[in-house]
Amino acid sequence: MKEIYAIMTIAYRDLLKLLRDPARLISTFILPLLFITILGGSMQANIGNQLGYDYLAFVFTGVFAQTLFQSASMGIISLIDDRENDFSQEIFVSPISRYSIILGKITGETLVALTQGLGILVFGLVAGVSFSLVQLLTLAWVGVIVCLFAAAFGVIILSNLPTRRTADQVFPFIMLPQFFLAGVFNPIRVLPWYLDLLSRISPMRYAVDLTRGFFYLGRADYSKVVLQGPVLNLTIMTISFLAFLIIGTFLFVRSERNR
Amino acid sequence: MMPIIEVDQLVKCYRGAASNAVDGISFTVAPGEFFTLLGPNGAGKTTTISILTTTLAPTSGEVRVAGHDVARSASAVRRNLGIIFQQPSLDLNLSAEENIRFHAILYGLYPFRPTFSTMPRPYQHQVLELAAFLDLENDMSKKVRKFSGGMRRKLEIMRSLLHKPPILFLDEPTAGLDPVSRRNLWEYLRRVRNESGTTIFLTTHYLDEAEDADTICIIDRGRIVSYGSPQQVKAELVEHYLLIDAENRDQLRAELGRLRVEFVETPLFRIDLKERSVHQLIKAIETPLTLVNPHTPSLEDAYLEIVEHA
Repeated sequence: MKEIYAIMTIAYRDLLKLLRDPARLISTFILPLLFITILGGSMQANIGNQLGYDYLAFVFTGVFAQTLFQSASMGIISLIDDRENDFSQEIFVSPISRYSIILGKITGETLVALTQGLGILVFGLVAGVSFSLVQLLTLAWVGVIVCLFAAAFGVIILSNLPTRRTADQVFPFIMLPQFFLAGVFNPIRVLPWYLDLLSRISPMRYAVDLTRGFFYLGRADYSKVVLQGPVLNLTIMTISFLAFLIIGTFLFVRSERNR
Repeated sequence: MMPIIEVDQLVKCYRGAASNAVDGISFTVAPGEFFTLLGPNGAGKTTTISILTTTLAPTSGEVRVAGHDVARSASAVRRNLGIIFQQPSLDLNLSAEENIRFHAILYGLYPFRPTFSTMPRPYQHQVLELAAFLDLENDMSKKVRKFSGGMRRKLEIMRSLLHKPPILFLDEPTAGLDPVSRRNLWEYLRRVRNESGTTIFLTTHYLDEAEDADTICIIDRGRIVSYGSPQQVKAELVEHYLLIDAENRDQLRAELGRLRVEFVETPLFRIDLKERSVHQLIKAIETPLTLVNPHTPSLEDAYLEIVEHA
């Protein structure tokens, strides 16, 4: 029970830190807002008709999944400099298990990402994306899956990074290409073979496609937007979630003390 | 009495480092002792404290804290420690009480509750009592960001005492504090020791902070240079010698030989005083002296010499 209280504390702290820091909260909303309103709005107005599907909704669902994915995985990776920072030093020397630290952090960063997801839903409405209450609820639970998957991805990256400096250096290579390989803003239905290969090994692709799979379910443009069915996406995500989490946690716990 | 900290032939070599950060040090700390690890920057103090507090694995050697091996039972060791880090370890955007509360829950003292008022009564009492002890009773609901450096340190002390640890580790706790806060910090630590008999393990590079300690261990480049009570360390490090000279150097040389006094000509005659007093020595010498200059450096001088080597 003590470990569960510890997990709750670590998670609660993450959420509280976000809510107590309005500047950070606002800054996390800027990019998604620009993507959805300006990019989405302008593309929809200019080439929306030729695409044959609702581009605004396409960008909205893409950015929703991408923001959750990035927020949750980067939140986990932040554990790397936390060791020398603020209250986290305290967490690392407390008598709780290292597994509880990882679990608490995954829960916390999921809550943080979902808070941001809430903001994105609002931008979507403002920008003119129409969705039903059922779709809204669908986005909520799909969002949870995306966050957990992304957090596990964060754990495997974290376990392979020695320092914050390395993390900052490799970040552009592990996150930015995925924006495009996952088709957050751009259609990736047809790709040259090498890009297709890279796209298929990008975890974000499955998060984005899963989100769209459920959002577009039953709509006329489903087959034009969704790459593969949610069942396949969920299968791939579940298997890699378990692999990332188990291998990543093992490596992290082992490397944490052997510096 | 069983030592509360036992370090035997501890070695730490960081991955990819050419030399050992800590190079075969051994010492023990008795329960209730005020132990100071003193040394210049880069001497291996933080490495040692990190190993003792289980955040870093040793390369070789045995370390037992509160009877538990740091490598095998890290969690049991952690339960017995309070730590004040070199870098402040508070969440600035959270209130003082929240920082305290999260610590209490992580150490398994109380169940998780989202607010102070929903926390169990004993917790509320303990917080108010400790806050009063450290003069923080009116500040507990304030954000830590609004705290001065001295107040933040106090809050960290308060937090580290919450689970009543038998050992309190302090890693250069006065870095960045003004003189008044520094003095207050020592005053609080003294009170903590008096009231609870807590063992204090301090690292510092300031000699004056070490002088009140029961035991001083000076390390430099990963090795122990001197180890003992402040008096012992002083006796070991400080070289007492006497410089003398005479018009007739041959006569003086011959006389010192007869008296079996060892000396070095620099060209002045330098005599190591060891157990002899200046008075005894001068009384024994018949040759007319032109210079008598006793050299008795302070512990500060001796320590600075070590630091300058580094």
